[in-house]
Amino acid sequence: MKNNDRNGAAALLFHLLFMVFILAPLVVVCLVAFTPNDFLSIPTRHFSLRWFVALWGDDDFTSAFKTSMLLGVFSATLSSALALPAAMGLARYRFPGRDAIHAFLLSPLMIPPVVLGIAFLRLFTLINMGGSFTSLVACHALLIFPYALRLIMAAFAGQADDAERAARSLGAGRWTTFRRITLPMIVPGLVGGWVLAFINSFDELTATIFVAAPATITLPVRIYMSMAETVDPMVAAVSTAIIALTLVAMLVLDRVYGLNKVLVGNH
Amino acid sequence: MSTSPTTSTRAAGWSLTAPATLFFGLLLAVPLLLTFILSLQGFDANLGGILDSRSLHNYAAVLSDPYYYTIFLRTFVLSLLVTVLCVLIGVPEAYFLFRMRDPWRSLCLVMILGPLLISVVVRTLGWSILLGREGVINALLLKLGIIDHPLQMIFTFGAVTIAMVHVLVPLMVLSVWTSLTRLDPAVSQAARSLGAGRFKVMWRVVLPQITPGILSGSLIVFALTASAFATPALIGGRRLKVVATTAYDEFLGTLNWPLGAAIAIVLLLLNVAIIVGYNRAVERRFTRRLG
Repeated sequence: MKNNDRNGAAALLFHLLFMVFILAPLVVVCLVAFTPNDFLSIPTRHFSLRWFVALWGDDDFTSAFKTSMLLGVFSATLSSALALPAAMGLARYRFPGRDAIHAFLLSPLMIPPVVLGIAFLRLFTLINMGGSFTSLVACHALLIFPYALRLIMAAFAGQADDAERAARSLGAGRWTTFRRITLPMIVPGLVGGWVLAFINSFDELTATIFVAAPATITLPVRIYMSMAETVDPMVAAVSTAIIALTLVAMLVLDRVYGLNKVLVGNH
Repeated sequence: MSTSPTTSTRAAGWSLTAPATLFFGLLLAVPLLLTFILSLQGFDANLGGILDSRSLHNYAAVLSDPYYYTIFLRTFVLSLLVTVLCVLIGVPEAYFLFRMRDPWRSLCLVMILGPLLISVVVRTLGWSILLGREGVINALLLKLGIIDHPLQMIFTFGAVTIAMVHVLVPLMVLSVWTSLTRLDPAVSQAARSLGAGRFKVMWRVVLPQITPGILSGSLIVFALTASAFATPALIGGRRLKVVATTAYDEFLGTLNWPLGAAIAIVLLLLNVAIIVGYNRAVERRFTRRLG
């Protein structure tokens, strides 16, 4: 690239302000979490871990955290298990109704989560399963399905089916071909899709708030409820923990799948 | 891959997608249908809640009561404003980012898109700490002696707008970024060598090529603002209701489920209508220009 393609001073200033705008709220949350005071303030001289200690002993937050982790694991697994054959069918075969099924399976992205929450609540109230952990797993598996589907489909699309044809022509059965040839090729997409689905389950608030019962409150719902009352440094501490965990998840995604591919390709 | 579906690929395609499609039927189609039926029912708190009647009176109430259509109007204005602001700051940012070099380019891209993986509640918390009455900005301004009593920033329309732009602008950057990566740099270089200035290249060469990215980014931002719940609820508070928070209040506050269901169905239909209508309009424009 030539010199005249470089950003000018004004462009760099704009970029700097934009980055401050994007990062300031997150940085502020992390700073406030280390305050030694009882109220919201940015610590200047003294940093303290007291709010993290308090968080560790807080049953409401720790049990919500456990619920969210378990919910994420179960729903991401269920979602991936359903998405794997669906992605293979959509990526490898042309059949009547394919486009309609594809659109149907991506539709949770287009439906406002409030509407989904209300619809789930109505269904589970009518069949007397309201608030159960099982119902939450089912709801989340549906909500996060498109993320798993897209990454697994991309993995299928990126691989030619030559190796599979070769295996079949050499006498391997359908199942052996799938297990020994197809599956190893799409593992990065499968793992990437699982992690992305897990993250989206872990983050989900709006639909969950309708279906969670007091015993199955997730972490975002717990944070929402305590923020609706009062914002104290404990909420900042739990949010800081979430930001740290998300960074870890981003590193994992980067290793197994490539973070840029997840963030940019997920479009 | 065969182009004309044979019986075996048809069977394979259907049977592989069947589990997911069945799951979606049970957990998406059925619940939405139940919600639609619910929206036709009556409600009377004295008679024990949901009545077993069928009529469109909830829809009539939502569409005729100024209380409700003010909420719909507010949500629409908010979505429009957030979309315009995201275009104004997201498009130039994506362009400047695109002209940067690695490692800065990748690093900044991850810093801008990474927050998409963090819960909206956490991102919203940052704004309520910054903008609150006892928040960071007020504390700073008081300390510097610029103001002598705290400014009311949280629970205002402006605060909701800023927080929503913060939550959604990464999606605009992403959308424009995707179309920038498809750009042929030779075209801009040709324009420069033929004597076009930097601004003229951006306006006449780059902008027309990234317009599809801006348009699809705008649609995403608009649709997500229109259905947003957490940020308007926490930053806007009780008074500044939007459609999603109103549906929530009907369901879990006043317990008028049929009315809440009607609001949800209207929101869903408007959302789908806007997405489909917008895509059609954009397609027509582009086919006319190209054809």
